[in-house]
Amino acid sequence: MSAQALLPWIITLPFLTAIAVLLTGRWPNLRETVSLAAGVGQFILVALMTTYWSPETTPSLVLAEPIPGMALSLSPEPLGLLFALVASFLWPVTTLYAIGYMRGHGEENQTRFYAAFAISIGAAMGIALAGDMLALFVFYELLTLATYPLVTHAGTDEARKAGRVYLVILMGTSVGLLLFAVIWTWQLTGTLSFTPGGVFEPDTGGLLLGTLLMLYVLGTGKAALMPFHRWLPAAMVAPTPVSALLHAVAVVKAGVFTILKVAVYIFGLDTLAGLAAADWLAALAGLTILLASLIAMTRDNLKARLAYSTISQLGYIVLGAMLGNAAGVVGGGMHIAMHAFGKITLFFCAGAILVAAHKTRVSELDGLGHQMPLTMLAFTIGAVSIVGLPPFGGTWSKWLLVQGTLDAGLWLLTAVLLVSSLLNIIYLMAVPLRGFFATPAAQTSGMREAPLPSLLAMGITATGCLLLFFYAEPIYRLVWGILL
Amino acid sequence: MSNVSDLFNYWVVVFLMMAGFYVVIAQGNLIKKLIGLSLFQASVFIFYISLGFVEGGIAPILEEGVSNYANPLPHVLILTAIVVSVATTAVGLALAVRIHEAYGSIEEDDIQTLDLEADDPDEAPSDKPEDSPR
Amino acid sequence: MNLGDHLPLLAIILPLLAAPVCVLIGRAGAAWLIALTSSVLSLAAAAALLQGVVQERTVSYQLGGWAPPWGIELRVDLLGAYVLLIVCAMAAMVMAYARRSVIREVEAALIPAFYAALLLVFAGLAGITVTGDAFNLFVFLEISSLASYALISMGRDRRAVSAAFQYLVMGSIGATFILIGIGFLYLMTGTLNMQDLAQRLPAVSDTRTVRAGFAFLTVGIGLKLALFPLHLWLPNAYAYAPSVVSALLAATATKVAVYALLRFIIDVFGADFSLGDMPLNLLLILLGSLGILVASLVAVYQDNVKRMLAYSSVAQVGYMVLGIGLASAAGVSAAILHLFNHALMKGALFLALGAVAYQMGRVRLKDFAGLGRSMPWTMAAIVVSGLSLIGVPGTAGFISKWYLVLAILEQDLWPLAMLVLVGSILALLYMGRLVEAAYFQHPEKNTVVPREAPLSLLLPLWVLATANLYFGLFTDLNVGIAQQASSQLLEGRP
Repeated sequence: MSAQALLPWIITLPFLTAIAVLLTGRWPNLRETVSLAAGVGQFILVALMTTYWSPETTPSLVLAEPIPGMALSLSPEPLGLLFALVASFLWPVTTLYAIGYMRGHGEENQTRFYAAFAISIGAAMGIALAGDMLALFVFYELLTLATYPLVTHAGTDEARKAGRVYLVILMGTSVGLLLFAVIWTWQLTGTLSFTPGGVFEPDTGGLLLGTLLMLYVLGTGKAALMPFHRWLPAAMVAPTPVSALLHAVAVVKAGVFTILKVAVYIFGLDTLAGLAAADWLAALAGLTILLASLIAMTRDNLKARLAYSTISQLGYIVLGAMLGNAAGVVGGGMHIAMHAFGKITLFFCAGAILVAAHKTRVSELDGLGHQMPLTMLAFTIGAVSIVGLPPFGGTWSKWLLVQGTLDAGLWLLTAVLLVSSLLNIIYLMAVPLRGFFATPAAQTSGMREAPLPSLLAMGITATGCLLLFFYAEPIYRLVWGILL
Repeated sequence: MSNVSDLFNYWVVVFLMMAGFYVVIAQGNLIKKLIGLSLFQASVFIFYISLGFVEGGIAPILEEGVSNYANPLPHVLILTAIVVSVATTAVGLALAVRIHEAYGSIEEDDIQTLDLEADDPDEAPSDKPEDSPR
Repeated sequence: MNLGDHLPLLAIILPLLAAPVCVLIGRAGAAWLIALTSSVLSLAAAAALLQGVVQERTVSYQLGGWAPPWGIELRVDLLGAYVLLIVCAMAAMVMAYARRSVIREVEAALIPAFYAALLLVFAGLAGITVTGDAFNLFVFLEISSLASYALISMGRDRRAVSAAFQYLVMGSIGATFILIGIGFLYLMTGTLNMQDLAQRLPAVSDTRTVRAGFAFLTVGIGLKLALFPLHLWLPNAYAYAPSVVSALLAATATKVAVYALLRFIIDVFGADFSLGDMPLNLLLILLGSLGILVASLVAVYQDNVKRMLAYSSVAQVGYMVLGIGLASAAGVSAAILHLFNHALMKGALFLALGAVAYQMGRVRLKDFAGLGRSMPWTMAAIVVSGLSLIGVPGTAGFISKWYLVLAILEQDLWPLAMLVLVGSILALLYMGRLVEAAYFQHPEKNTVVPREAPLSLLLPLWVLATANLYFGLFTDLNVGIAQQASSQLLEGRP
């Protein structure tokens, strides 16, 4: 089998899964087996594709051609493959976790949940493998729409209000700014294909390019760059598996992935490095990193704290993309994978604490480490990885990002990264510290761990954090591929 | 330029048109509105008819050797337009009758008040008698 | 005699003849069958006609054998055939849908007359698209308008009657304005044939008479078009008319008015005169933009869903007018394209509302609570066509927005491009309210949970909803013809 033959399957499998989930909705066990099996299958397909892929034989697939000369096409490249790998690996893991969580929590409308989940993954795959900006945009919007019912899942007033914020910010920025940038690019260059080195003529004016870059980066609301970050904390009303996979991995990573793609394939790093707007955006990313970290410290609700932490970490990747040098982009690309594993672990733990101990606030967690030692251990691993300390995966990407800021001569941003890491320690490590060392307010009896499937999922992702430290080289080499 | 009295037909047209238009806008009574509308349309008919009139002219259709002829087309056209206008008035009057049946009034202000009452507090279709203000 | 030669006549004469037959037969079922058959046959004629026009250029047909400019000429160019196809296709869909919805919404004794009026509206609108004679256009316009006043007044709510009266007054003023305009043109040129008008007007175009005629015509058509701020008649008329009528009018009536506008200002007067010498381009851009903004904003605050969509129609007319105001081939073709796509989405949305009204009796926002569960197919169709209305990629609406923004950017008017996209966001807001109510709100207690609408309603609805998706991905048909029609229109007739 060749990569070309795999491509149609990779993009259709999640959507077929969604249909299968709807059809088997009446039998929960069957429905969840379908979801789980599809997730494993999806990962195998993507892994095979990565193995078979080589720059010479890049597969491509034209889905439709709505506007003459402008196709809606898929064409994987290394960064996309990495994103697809991460998303498809974490899909079955999250499904496993969701089975424990959704049943343990007695949620309603589970069929709709699993179906929308599968569609979201399909949209993420489409974003990862898109061969042109139009296809990316189409799947980007699909992802917004498919995750909307997941955000409003509970159907309460609060959930519906959050859903409104979610839809308006994400759709508003993408239709108002991103689409505008896409059409403008098409009008200027007549192409939207991702082209190494960028699509613009060398003599295009700097001001014009700067404006376009602003539109692209700010229009990608999913990257949660301030001031368009409000949707992410709002989305935390969703069930935890959604927050874990979609709002720590698929959706937000789709945002920063889009920005990386635009930086590398629409503008080209050389062009980008010469733009003043890129520096401004890097500064905005730096500001986002710091402010979001500071806000995270003030949040008592665990999921809200994690959400702001995500906003801050996304800033790292945007920053890397805007630096316009190799270390920055590779660091940003790797951070997609590293942060994904770390943050999903943290969310799994937050959900487990909610299901097992019915606690949502950091201040309630005193002494919980004795009740749920495994969960707390996983949380510690995830937190250390995100802070960027060895021996966990987050180390490498932060290292490269710092390197990138030094290469670009932006020492102020280097300082921002380091200060932010300190803040990370304060607001993330507070949780296990309270859990293990603080005395509980009320006497609690014995161990009450999370449901087994959830524990299993946490174990897998926490181990992932560790393994990514020792086996980071394949990822590093994969990401380097985009610069060739 | 010809003097004002040569253009007196246009003056008549403009006067009728403005009078009709004013009545349509200013009058609250639906029947009066329709009268204004008819006046407005009639002014246009006169405009067309006077267009086709030539002093001493005759349409060169049945007779041979007409030298001073008038174009009959505007008159024919306006026949159609009159039919349209009559139909409009008929439909308008029929609607006025039905409005009178439904609201008990043909004054625009009354109708608006009744509609607003129906809107408040709830939008009530008239087939639900318990919500109806009557 | 070859039937193929009479296609232009056939498309309008079938419904025109079928209308009195409906009244004479006087039975609801038979009347429906006749209406359906004649509109399907008209659709076939329109499709054949379009094919002929694409291959062999403009078709001219002399009514009664009188040669133009004395006789009335039916003249179908690409644009005419294209709009005719839209009108016939929407009419056929609406007729197929009508039977059960009409039984529920219209008094039984009135049903045959209802179908007759529906056919007259259809015939009038179709007639406008094929005629080559300015006065004939006015007559067809009045045929369709008079019938639509009657139809709107057949709604169950008594406000339908007052809305119909309001529409009658404003519509008649608009029509009379058009008549005055045509009279002025005739005064200066001595002809009513549009071809002749177009040839003779340039010689006299700087007279005050022609300019006054131009102004009267534009305002008159603007009224029919529901061009902001002349749109006041539209929201109530659409909101209280029977569902079938709203669907037919929303999908076709404003489209045909846009066609009439294009025909007069570009074909008859010439783009150089209307959009160059006269400042109509600025006016259209200004009013179009205001329409998009204001009407969309008003739509967000409507509680009656039909009124909401009616305001949305006013906004969508703004997009088309904006495209025409750009006065470029790209702008006009974007307008023509949106004409087609908007017919698809509004047709589908109003048919879906008809299905909801069929089950619920009314269509206030709160009646939609929980419908996502109880009427899944209807709501799914609303979501699909709503996405198209917003302009989400993969739907027809995206394609029209794309071309419109492209045409705007061609002239570096980027604030306008932003405005178009803001319009999309507003559409997201009002459609979002609907979707939220349907899927995430629980119905009030003691309300009867409705069942899904019957298949005869769902089928035409889904044909249109699917068309929204199809034309979002495969656009050879509509984009290709829109671009050809626009260049044919702007570069003079072949």
